Amino acid sequence: MIHLMIDDKPIEITEGRSLLEACRENGIDIPTLCYHPALEPYGGCRLCMVELFQPPRKSRLVAACVYPCEEGLVVKTHSEMVLQSRRLTVELLLASAYNSPDIIALADQVGVGEVRFKLPEENNCILCGLCVRACKEITNISAISVIQRGMAKKVSTPFQVASSRCISCGTCVLICPTGAFKLSDVIGVRSDVPGEPPYLRRYYRVGSEIDLRPNFVQDVALLLGRKRDTE
Amino acid sequence: MQVLSVTEINEIINQVARGEGSLIAALEEIQERYGYLPPEALILASERLGVPLSQAYAVATFYNAFSLKPKGKHCLNVCMGTACHVRGSPQVLDRLETKLGIKTGETTRDRLFTLETVNCLGACALGPIVVTDGEYSGQMTPQKTDQLLRNIIRAEADR
Amino acid sequence: MNRLQSTSDFQTWQAAMAASWDETRPCLRVCDGTGCRALGSQKVLENLRAELARTNQDTPIEVVGTGCPGFCECGPLVTVYPQRISYQKVKPEDVSAIVQKTLIGGEVIQELLYTDPQTGKHIHLEPELPFYQKQKRFVLDFNGRIDPTRIEDYVALGGYTSLVKALTKLTPEQVVAEVKTSGLRGRGGAGFQAGVKWELCRKNVQKTGIGYIICNADEGDPGAFMDRSVVEGNPHLLLEGMIIGAYAIGIEQGFVYIRAEYPLAVENLRIAIRQAEEAGLLGTNILGSGFDFNLGIRLGAGAFVCGEETALMASIEGRIGEPRPRPPYPAESGLWGKPTNINNVETWANVPMIIAMSGLEYAKIGTEKSKGTKIFSVVGKINNTGLVEVPMGITLREIIYDIGGGIPNGKSFKAAQLGGPSGGCVPAEHLDVPIDYESLNALGAIMGSGGMVVTDEDTCMVDFARYFMTFIQEESCGKCVPCRVGTKAMVATLERICAGEGLPGDVDYLLEMGEHVRNNSLCGLGQTAPNSVLSSIRYFRSEYDAHIFDKTCPAKVCKGLISYSIDPEICNGCMVCLRNCTSNAISGARREVHTINPRLCTRCGVCMNVCKFDAVVVA
Repeated sequence: MIHLMIDDKPIEITEGRSLLEACRENGIDIPTLCYHPALEPYGGCRLCMVELFQPPRKSRLVAACVYPCEEGLVVKTHSEMVLQSRRLTVELLLASAYNSPDIIALADQVGVGEVRFKLPEENNCILCGLCVRACKEITNISAISVIQRGMAKKVSTPFQVASSRCISCGTCVLICPTGAFKLSDVIGVRSDVPGEPPYLRRYYRVGSEIDLRPNFVQDVALLLGRKRDTE
Repeated sequence: MQVLSVTEINEIINQVARGEGSLIAALEEIQERYGYLPPEALILASERLGVPLSQAYAVATFYNAFSLKPKGKHCLNVCMGTACHVRGSPQVLDRLETKLGIKTGETTRDRLFTLETVNCLGACALGPIVVTDGEYSGQMTPQKTDQLLRNIIRAEADR
Repeated sequence: MNRLQSTSDFQTWQAAMAASWDETRPCLRVCDGTGCRALGSQKVLENLRAELARTNQDTPIEVVGTGCPGFCECGPLVTVYPQRISYQKVKPEDVSAIVQKTLIGGEVIQELLYTDPQTGKHIHLEPELPFYQKQKRFVLDFNGRIDPTRIEDYVALGGYTSLVKALTKLTPEQVVAEVKTSGLRGRGGAGFQAGVKWELCRKNVQKTGIGYIICNADEGDPGAFMDRSVVEGNPHLLLEGMIIGAYAIGIEQGFVYIRAEYPLAVENLRIAIRQAEEAGLLGTNILGSGFDFNLGIRLGAGAFVCGEETALMASIEGRIGEPRPRPPYPAESGLWGKPTNINNVETWANVPMIIAMSGLEYAKIGTEKSKGTKIFSVVGKINNTGLVEVPMGITLREIIYDIGGGIPNGKSFKAAQLGGPSGGCVPAEHLDVPIDYESLNALGAIMGSGGMVVTDEDTCMVDFARYFMTFIQEESCGKCVPCRVGTKAMVATLERICAGEGLPGDVDYLLEMGEHVRNNSLCGLGQTAPNSVLSSIRYFRSEYDAHIFDKTCPAKVCKGLISYSIDPEICNGCMVCLRNCTSNAISGARREVHTINPRLCTRCGVCMNVCKFDAVVVA
C-alpha cells in the first residue's frame, strides 16, 4: 500500500494507480475531459493538473490522470496555482469551442473571465482523443485517427472519406464530451463490389458517390435520442 | 508521370520491413522513389506491416517529409532557420513566391516547380540558403534567385 | 580487411595504421562538410585532384576531403600540410596557383590568407588563427584532419583504443563509475548527469533482461549544426561512444535517430557503421569479448518535436511523434516499454575521451558543476560564423569577441540567443556571464544544445521572439491544449504587435499565457516554448512598449511600422530600384528623382539592397 497526502488528508492506495484515481476514490473532485476509466490515460486536456510538492524542488503542476501515486507525495487540488491553471486551460478551449454548452458549463464551473483569444473558425472538437482511443482500445477497429499536427490536428478517417472499417457502433459519438461528433460524420461502408482484391478496393472514392446504407445507424440514433431524454 | 507498380511498392516495403516500427522507414523509401505517397502505397504498407490504415494515414500527415500530392519536377527548398532569417531569407522566399506565382507548399500549374521551406539545414554560415533538387546555393539574395530560376528554365528549354 | 577476432588483433592493426599516418607529409586537406559544399568545395576538390594528376611528382600528394574544422565564415578552406598553411575562401580558379606556387614553389599566396581585422596582418598558419586561440577542440579534434569515410584514419589517430581499454581493463560498472566521476552532463540541453542516467538504466536492464540505447541526432534547433558536424566529420567517434555505453549499460541493440535533412551525415554514418561491422567492432562477440551490440539508423521525417525523447521513441516505433507523459522515464520504460538510455550526439562523443583520460582527469576541465567542453554553432550577426568548442566557464564575451571576431560592419552587439526556440537571449549587460548550466539558467536562458544566434542593433527583438514562437507553434504536435492553443494565442498577439496593432494589455497577456504554457504543457517542447518571448520581454521591454505605445519599431524591421522612402537629395534617377521592385511601387523617369508609393510598398527591402548610392531611407 502507498501512503500520500492530498489536500491535507492522508490517503492510502494500492500500487500502480494514478493521482486521479486516488482522488476519485476518496471523494476529491477534479475536473477532466480526456480521461475515461475504460481507456488508457492520455494526459492531453491538462484540466486535471494538481500541485505537487516534492521538497527541495519548487512545487509544480502535474497531470493527475497520468502521474503515479508514490510514497510520501504531497498534493493540493484546489490551490490558487491549480485554480488559475484550470481557468486558463478552459479559456483556451473556448478559443474554438466557444458555443459548446458543455465547455461553457465547464467555464462557469472553473470561473473563466473574459475569453481573450478566439480562433476564426468554431470547432467543438477539443481533440481530447476519446473517440480515437475508444475506437482502438474498446472496439479494436481503429477506423479513425488524429491526423496532421498542431493547430491543423483533427479527427479523421483515412483519406478523409467514408471509412470502410467502421462498423457503425457509435462508441465515438457516445464518448465525445462535447457532442462534436455526429454519426453522419463517421459512417461505415463496405465495398459493394464482390470479388475485388483488397488493395484495389477503392477506399478513396469521394463521399457522395458512396452508397450510404448504414447498417445499424437508425437504431443507434434512436438509442442516443432515448439516452439524452433520460439524462 | 511515374507509373505506380504494386509489385515495386511491395518490394520496397518487404526490403524495409524488419519488425516493429518499420512503417516510417517504408514510407520514407516510397516517398523517395515516387516523390510522394500514393494512396495505394499507404494501403499496401498498412496491410503488409500489420498497422491500421488510420495509423498509417496519421503518420503520413503528421510528418513534414511526406507528401500525399505529387510534387513538381524541381523542388526549391528555402531554409527558414534563424541565421538565414536574420540574413534575409524571408525576402528570398517572397521573391520566389512572386516570381513563381505560388505560395509555399504549392506546385506550379505546369508541375515544373514546387516551393517549400525547411526549418534549418544546419549550414548556417552560408545563409540564406536555397536547395534546388539537392544542390545547395548559399548567400542567396532576391536578385540571385531570379538568376537561379532563369538557369533552371533555360536548362529545361534546352532539353 | 578481415574481421578482428580479438583486442590484440586490434592493437596490431592500430599500430600499423598509426605508423603509416604522417602529418609531416605534403598533403592538402579541404573541408568537405555541408557548409563548404554549399560554397563550392566539391569543385575545389575536383580541380585539386585534376591539377595534381597533371603535375608529375616523385611522391604523390594526397588530397583529403575532411569534416568541418569550424571556420565556416571563411570557407572553402584548404589547409596545406605539413606547414598547415591556411587558405580561405578558396575558389576553383585558385587551385592551380595553390599547386604551382605553394606546393611546388614553396610560396605563400597572400590573397588567400586570413587577414586579422585588428592588426591588418595576414595569418599564415591554421593554429595561429585568432579564431582557434581560446578554443579547446577535444571532441572536434579529428574534424579537419581525417577523412570521415576512412576508419583507418580514425584508428591511426587512436580511435577505438578507449573501447579496447573498456573491454579489457574495466567492468561495465566501472565504466559507468568513470562517466559519473567525470560529471558529464547531457549535451542535448537538459544537462542531466549522464552517469546517473546510465546507472539507473543499467539497474533496470538487469531486471528486465533487455534494453536499448539511442543517440538523439534529431538536431532541429534552427541555427544549430554541432551534431551534424560531428556525425559528418567524425562518425566513428559517435560509434565508439555508443559501443562503450552499450557495454556499460548491458545493451545489445542501439539506434541513431538522425534527421533526414542531413543527407551527408546520414551517408557518412552508414559508411562508418558498415566499416565497424566489417572490422568486428560492431555485431556479435566484439573483439572476442563475448559482448554483442548492433546499431541501426532511423531517419527522422521532418518533425522538430521528435527531438523530444518520448516523441523520438514513438517515431522509432512507427507512430506519430506525440510525446508521452513522464514518469515513467525512459530509463525505466522507454522504447517498446523497455529501459532505454537516450543521449545527444555530443554526449556520446565525449565518452571515448572520458575513458581514455579517466573520469577524474576529465572533471578537471570546466567549472565545478559543468565539466568538460561544449560545442557551439555561432551564427547570425557575427564576423567569424562557425563551429567552436570551448571549455565550460569561458565567458560569452570571449566567445563573441575573441573567437567570434565581434559584430560585422561596426554594429553593436544586442543579444545572443542560446538554445534556439527553447532558449533565451543574453543581452549586452550580461556578456561576462560564464558559460555553464547554472549561470545561464539564472539569466532566464539555457545552455541548450549549442546553437548561438547573435543579433545586433538592427535586429528587432520583438520580431526575433515572434520568429521563434511561430517556429515552435508550427512544430507543436498538438496533443495538449496549453501548447497547441496557447502558443497560437501568443503568436497571434506577437503578430499584432509587429503589425502595429498592439494593445496595452498585450505584454501582460504574453507573460501570463507564457507562464501557463510553461507550467502546464505535457512535454519539453511546450514547457520551453515561451522562453524566447519571456526572456526578450525581461531584457527588451522597451522595444515591446515602443511597438505598442509609440507604434514604432526601433530597429526598423517590422513592416507594419516602417516606411521606405527615397532621399531626393541623393537620388540620381538611375532606375535600378524601379526595375527591381516586385510591387511596382517606385515611379520616376530616368535622371529624375524616384518616389516610393507607400500604399504599394511591401517593405521587402530590395530597393535598399540594390541602390548603389544609399538613397533609400527607412524610417
